[in-house]
Amino acid sequence: MEGKEMKKIAMYWGAGCGGCDVSLLSLHEKILDLLEEAEIVFWPCAMDFKYEDLEKMKDGSIDIAFYNGAIRTEENEEIAKLLRKKSKILVAYGSCATEGCVIGLANLYSREEIFDTVYLKNETTKNEDGIIPSSNDLHLPEFLPHLKTLEQVVKVDAFIPGCPPPKPVLENALEALLQGKTEFGKSVALCDECPRKDSKPEKIEINKFYRWHEKEDNGDCFLAQGIICMGPATRAGCEAECISANIPCTGCMGAVPKVREQGISMLSALASILGDMDEEKEKEIIESLQDVVGTFYKYATAKLLPEGRLKDES
Amino acid sequence: MSFEPKIVAFLCNWCAYAGADLAGTSRLQYPANIVPIRVMCSGRVDPEFILEAFRKGADGVFIGGCHPGDCHYVSGNYKARKRVEMMKKLLKEMGINPRRLRLEWVSATEGQKFADVVSQFVEEIKELGPSPWREKK
Amino acid sequence: MARRIGVFVCHCGINIAGTVDVERVARELEKQPGVVFATTYQYMCSDPGQNLIKQKIEEENLDAVVVAACSPAMHEETFRGVCREYFNEYRCEMANIREQCSWVHDGEEATEKAIKIVKATVEKLRDNEDLMPILVPVEKKCLIIGGGIAGIQAALDIADAGYKVILVEKEPSIGGRMAQLSETFPTLDCSQCILTPKMVAVARHPNIKLLTYSEVLEISGFVGNFHVKILKKPRYVDEDACTVCGDCEEVCPVIVANEFEMERKPRKAIYIPFPQAVPSTYTLDREACLGLAPLTCSQCKEVCEANAIDYDMQPKIIEEDVGAIIVATGYDLYDKNKLVEYGYGEDDDIITSLEFERMLSASGPTGGKIIKPSTGKEPKKVVFIQCAGSRDKQHMPYCSSICCMYTAKHALLYKHHVPDGEAYIFYIDIRATGKGYEEFIERVMEEERINYIRGKVAKIYRDGDKIVVCGVDTLTGRKVEVQADLVVLAMAIVGKEEAVKIAKKLKVAVDDGNFFKESHPKLKPVEALTRGIYFAGCAQAPKDIPSAVAQASAAASKVLSIFSKDKLEKDPLIAVVDEEHCSACGICVSVCPYGAMMKMENGKARCIEALCEGCGTCAAACPSSNIEMRNYKDEQIVKMVEVVI
Ligand SMILES: Cc1cc2nc3c(=O)[nH]c(=O)nc-3n(C[C@H](O)[C@H](O)[C@H](O)COP(=O)(O)OP(=O)(O)OC[C@H]3O[C@@H](n4cnc5c(N)ncnc54)[C@H](O)[C@@H]3O)c2cc1C
Ligand code: SF4
Ligand code: SF4
Ligand code: SF4
Ligand code: FES
Repeated sequence: MEGKEMKKIAMYWGAGCGGCDVSLLSLHEKILDLLEEAEIVFWPCAMDFKYEDLEKMKDGSIDIAFYNGAIRTEENEEIAKLLRKKSKILVAYGSCATEGCVIGLANLYSREEIFDTVYLKNETTKNEDGIIPSSNDLHLPEFLPHLKTLEQVVKVDAFIPGCPPPKPVLENALEALLQGKTEFGKSVALCDECPRKDSKPEKIEINKFYRWHEKEDNGDCFLAQGIICMGPATRAGCEAECISANIPCTGCMGAVPKVREQGISMLSALASILGDMDEEKEKEIIESLQDVVGTFYKYATAKLLPEGRLKDES
Repeated sequence: MSFEPKIVAFLCNWCAYAGADLAGTSRLQYPANIVPIRVMCSGRVDPEFILEAFRKGADGVFIGGCHPGDCHYVSGNYKARKRVEMMKKLLKEMGINPRRLRLEWVSATEGQKFADVVSQFVEEIKELGPSPWREKK
Repeated sequence: MARRIGVFVCHCGINIAGTVDVERVARELEKQPGVVFATTYQYMCSDPGQNLIKQKIEEENLDAVVVAACSPAMHEETFRGVCREYFNEYRCEMANIREQCSWVHDGEEATEKAIKIVKATVEKLRDNEDLMPILVPVEKKCLIIGGGIAGIQAALDIADAGYKVILVEKEPSIGGRMAQLSETFPTLDCSQCILTPKMVAVARHPNIKLLTYSEVLEISGFVGNFHVKILKKPRYVDEDACTVCGDCEEVCPVIVANEFEMERKPRKAIYIPFPQAVPSTYTLDREACLGLAPLTCSQCKEVCEANAIDYDMQPKIIEEDVGAIIVATGYDLYDKNKLVEYGYGEDDDIITSLEFERMLSASGPTGGKIIKPSTGKEPKKVVFIQCAGSRDKQHMPYCSSICCMYTAKHALLYKHHVPDGEAYIFYIDIRATGKGYEEFIERVMEEERINYIRGKVAKIYRDGDKIVVCGVDTLTGRKVEVQADLVVLAMAIVGKEEAVKIAKKLKVAVDDGNFFKESHPKLKPVEALTRGIYFAGCAQAPKDIPSAVAQASAAASKVLSIFSKDKLEKDPLIAVVDEEHCSACGICVSVCPYGAMMKMENGKARCIEALCEGCGTCAAACPSSNIEMRNYKDEQIVKMVEVVI
């Protein structure tokens, strides 16, 4: 190890499920290679670090900082800004940091509605006094009105997509980052590497939507079976992990670089391959599609609605 | 000052655009709130254009195509119809009144219809008020 | 990429300038990045107006021009023509501030809107590419599938014009249904007599390569450049050597039903379907033959003096490049067994119209005698039933269009054969729209004293020697019951069952009746949606011989117009796929109405320039934003959207 300059890296967990932290372990023995090249200077979830430690570091002294999770609280935002200051390369690690992920769907609701559900109305909540945690006597970081992606708060140098980043994506990203590259990953959509792609018929036509559990999977391309698969609009690189486990893609890898917006692109594609039928039938089948935002923007609602759900007066 | 909506209209070259031309030749007056963009077919209208229009502050988006069965390219208008229908669902969930998006069939001979539906649409958008997305800006 | 744009705003007299402040439009546009010059003029389209544009292009060194005036439908051609002298025509765009602005609005708003329209046009123009028309090379050879009268006519028309034709017929002989007919309405000339010369002309034509007993296996490519694989089945008889002496037929011990005779007459395993067959040769039916491998009989070969029989003949695959394809696969009759609810099933004395045609033919199974098949005696009462399976929601909803006519012909010919016989025709309406058709019907009704009964048959059943036909005469409201000796069903005409398979190979559509779908029911009745493919005859819809021939000539003229140039010229505003970033999702291939998006071996899409019409449906659908519409790119449209809001 001597003579070789060790990269200083940091990892932080914002608003998220923690899966991203765990995903690093999916590297298995490769993580040892990483540790040969890099030295961890901040990783509160795994080792004993305090925020003061971070504050004390010189600006720009961290080579690569990985931020996973979204920005939901004042605290998340503060650390994001701090990390930005302290690091040369700030990486949005995982879907939450990159585009808000599933928790971004919360932007369809106001803060009040969320609190109401979580603290008062939830069936599993027992809160007879109707107490909602607040900062009256002790200081709690404020719950921001809307969930934000890392990029909506600070400048981000690189993005590692995935919920959490799958092993091949991660390997590829880390290798590039350690060489100082901030652009990496595949630039085609998932169908390209999907094991089911050869089963696509010449013309795909959908005359009824099936939810994944509603139909016996015949092993063909999900879309061709009428099961919504986000594969055509989703960036490849995961090696079709879900599909290999017979689960249609829900789009966690986000959009292909060329595409402005994954959700709307898939919406258009899907509407376009509906069979030709009379207008009533057409309406009926489109109506049967529940939760359009959740289907097409499952991971990117925070990008679609950065200021929360819109309010049309009428 | 009264609210003057901003409306983008995507008109297919063969029917709706020609219908709008005919409205002109017949000197039929309608509100100037609507600005046309000519596309070859209503099937060219990517829902992304619609979303972009709203995001940029449009209060309404109008799409004009050929009547069912008459699309110059056979089925482009059917694709448009499906996309618009799905798009409306998305808009609704996002909190935008789906009435802000309107698809109409206007043939090359229906200058009057063009003027009428456009006038109605502008009226309707005036009633709805400014788009919530425009408000955020 | 336009860098020095000039904007020319037209007053159009007072048509524009009376409402829109044209000066302001010009001044506003001047401020736009990339716009280096803007001016107004009384009449841009006039000669001085056009000269002004030319002068300014030179003086200001412009590399692109926006003319803000009337609708592009009016003058796009004019102004592009002006610009063509200096640069690519796609560097010229029109902004429509008359039809869609000055004529429909008033006051301040009109000017504001005009500014937006012109700005949007500038934005589009900025990213326009220089384009040249697409030139597609043409292989001047035509494939015709089906050798009925329609296929024959089309083949002769094209061959006579000097181009090569490959005529593929799946039966041993060409001729199709017309060869089976006796006499033809409305003139009653003998079908075989007018057809045979044409069949012979096909066989003799130096420009026609006739492949009978053959089928099309595969078709790839596109207009001007199709590649086809044709299977020539072995007929085990050398077409050229066979002298049609018939010795082989005599010794052959196998007897099977003859399809040409609607299975009402036997044939041998080695046979010629009918004497005038073209090519004039025997064919050995491998299915019926006692066995070729191992050889079990070989009697025919032993007697053949011409030594034409070759048991080792192998199937041959013939590959051809052709520039256009005509589909003329004709029709079948609807299966009468499907009409069991009327009692139409198996009964010797209930026959179809084509069986009756064969009966009327002098060379047919009965030698031209009309008989009651169960007894061989002359039928004294014959009932003809029209619309059997046609105009019936349970079966074929459409009108088969020719049954009224041939049924009248059948009744008339019956009366000629059996003057003391009685003929009844059950009909819904009489549709006699062709030239001389109404007169023909009248003649049959009046002179021949045929009993026309308006009404549908409710039921048919056998009663001893007779077949009882029950129905209601809707004109009198009375029940009718006829004790018939023979019943002839004018069965619905349906497209060939194999049409579905051929359609798949051609990537064109068929309807519920198995008829090929034309591109436009009125304006493009012989064209398929896919360029370079045409339809003729009953393959497209039921029709009579004159219409089949007319349509065949129409299809031929379409083909000839393609062949009239060495290269097809096409508008270059088409779709382009970025193949590197294509994920092979197959969406575009699924949505293109013209089959212009081709799936390549690796699954990725490629736009076939020659077929793309530029509608943009695929570009809007591609979830990878991977299809660019030339000069209508996503970015161009999004920018236009930005400036108009
Ligand atoms: C009972 C009856 C009486 C009629 N009488 C008259 C009349 O008096 N006057 C009149 O004008 N019309 C009459 N008609 C109509 C007439 O038969 C048709 O108009 C005419 O035969 C249509 O010709 P065609 O070439 O389109 O089709 P067809 O005659 O059906 O020829 C199609 C040819 O294509 C071949 N083919 C099919 N599939 C394939 C394939 N996959 N590959 C290669 N070859 C293939 C077939 O073998 C056939 O040779 C009558 C019809 C019927 C049923
Ligand atoms: S749509 Fe889904 S299942 Fe089908 S090929 Fe693409 S990724 Fe695979
Ligand atoms: S632009 Fe239209 S015709 Fe061309 S490939 Fe796309 S869908 Fe087909
Ligand atoms: S829709 Fe786009 S990504 Fe899919 S096959 Fe076509 S070009 Fe490729
Ligand atoms: S051309 Fe008008 S809708 Fe397709």
